[in-house]
Amino acid sequence: MDLNVDESGNRIDKFVLSKGHAAPAYYSILSSKGYIPHEDLNTLRKYDSYLEGHPSNKIKGVDVSSGSLGQGISVAGGMAIAKKLDNKKGFVYCLLGDGEIQEGQFYEALMTINKYNLSNMIIIIDKNGLQIDGKTQEIKPCENLKLKIASFGLNVEEVDGHNIYELITSIKSAQNANVPTCIIANTIKGKGISFMENQVSWHGKAMSEEEYIKAMEELK
Amino acid sequence: MKSTRKAYGEFLVNLGRENENVVVFDADLAKATCTENFKNEFPERHFDLGIAEQDMVGTACGVALSQKTVFASSFAMFLCGRAYEQVRNTAAYSNVNINLCATHTGLAVGEDGPTHQCIEDIALMNVIPNMKVFCPCDDMSTNKILKFCINEKGPKYIRLGRNDLPFIYDETYEFKVGGSNTFGDGCGGTVFAIGSTVNIALEAKEELSKKGVNIRVVDLYSIKPIDKDTIIECAKKTDKLISIEDHSVIGGIGSIISNVLCESYPKRLIKLGVQDKFGKSGDIKHLYEMYGITKENIIKEFI
Repeated sequence: MDLNVDESGNRIDKFVLSKGHAAPAYYSILSSKGYIPHEDLNTLRKYDSYLEGHPSNKIKGVDVSSGSLGQGISVAGGMAIAKKLDNKKGFVYCLLGDGEIQEGQFYEALMTINKYNLSNMIIIIDKNGLQIDGKTQEIKPCENLKLKIASFGLNVEEVDGHNIYELITSIKSAQNANVPTCIIANTIKGKGISFMENQVSWHGKAMSEEEYIKAMEELK
Repeated sequence: MKSTRKAYGEFLVNLGRENENVVVFDADLAKATCTENFKNEFPERHFDLGIAEQDMVGTACGVALSQKTVFASSFAMFLCGRAYEQVRNTAAYSNVNINLCATHTGLAVGEDGPTHQCIEDIALMNVIPNMKVFCPCDDMSTNKILKFCINEKGPKYIRLGRNDLPFIYDETYEFKVGGSNTFGDGCGGTVFAIGSTVNIALEAKEELSKKGVNIRVVDLYSIKPIDKDTIIECAKKTDKLISIEDHSVIGGIGSIISNVLCESYPKRLIKLGVQDKFGKSGDIKHLYEMYGITKENIIKEFI
């Protein structure tokens, strides 16, 4: 992403974290890029902290509050429309979960993105197959996701979400595509930590001190 | 006579001519909301997102977050009802500079019936932090309110209507956030009104004065923030207090005035409006009679 700002003070590339529950990861990245002081990260979700449980645009670097699922893709689409209106360069990235695409708004947005050919938009779906109540395939089966999204007129690529090279390659090709792109990133929730991998119970839970030490050991 | 939605449509075209930064959204109701005028003249800046209000609000917010002056319209039922959470969580929580202009508010939708008559939009919008709620009652006030909204930060909800209304104000009308406009200084009572009921209240005032009863009428065009001082002053200086609105009496201006009175100057308020019922199909004249939104009902309270 191009984090530089243009003449009107706007970041050249925009990012919307539609799956706002990934806020801890988002805040860590914002911190590593200098938007959030590192020492603030430990205040996450605390009553006297500005680091809300889901992203808030009161936080430096966050363009829009998000986390109520299904809504981010429309906002990202709007940002892409504004860029096109002003012939501005840059891309709008939107990261969604595969559970949140059960929301109808996702499909409303796909039609808008197709109608206005928002080729400056790159949608990434983190497809880990789990949601709060269980496996997405059991809660609300959604077969042939790639075909479904492609049928809305988008360019769809499927990659191994843990393979950074595949991700970079697909994003680069999305940047050069003349139609909007959706990248389906197949992932495993809790990847690399034996007691977490593919466990739905870890959807929104913090580790104990002991579990943290074990997890860090396994990730080495 | 002119409807506030028509005034809105004309305002948009004029604004579009002088300001290239203006972008308008609609959800397959451009004819009815009158954003069609803008669509015809500036097709590249009008976005009809089809029957998808949730996506429309979100997309409009995305454009508004990119320093554009954005107006988004639909019937109140769909803009406030269907897209409520998008309005709350995306537009209001992020404090987006957006103008949500709902037409077809209240029973005045008429023949389409209860599924399309939003009699709770004020209640829904009033409880959202950051949101401002305004309601013009004629052509001039629509223009002045919208003109103000262009430069006002944050989300705004503007309550417009379907039906023709008489011209009440002239050029001297001034809009103020948290303001109101008082007609007359009678001490017999105060009638608080908004939008389509301002004229009804003024007609009642006229007839009552012929009968020797002098009342005042307050146009509460700024619903949020509300003009507390004027409400309290009227409670102190006039005998009887009445509110009249084309909206549910639960959560409408009657409720809002009651809250102010309850906190500062307890006094009885008679609330005319929709009494916890759904609307029904019909022409506006008969509907207002059925639901008691009439000048006769105001007059009755004083005679």
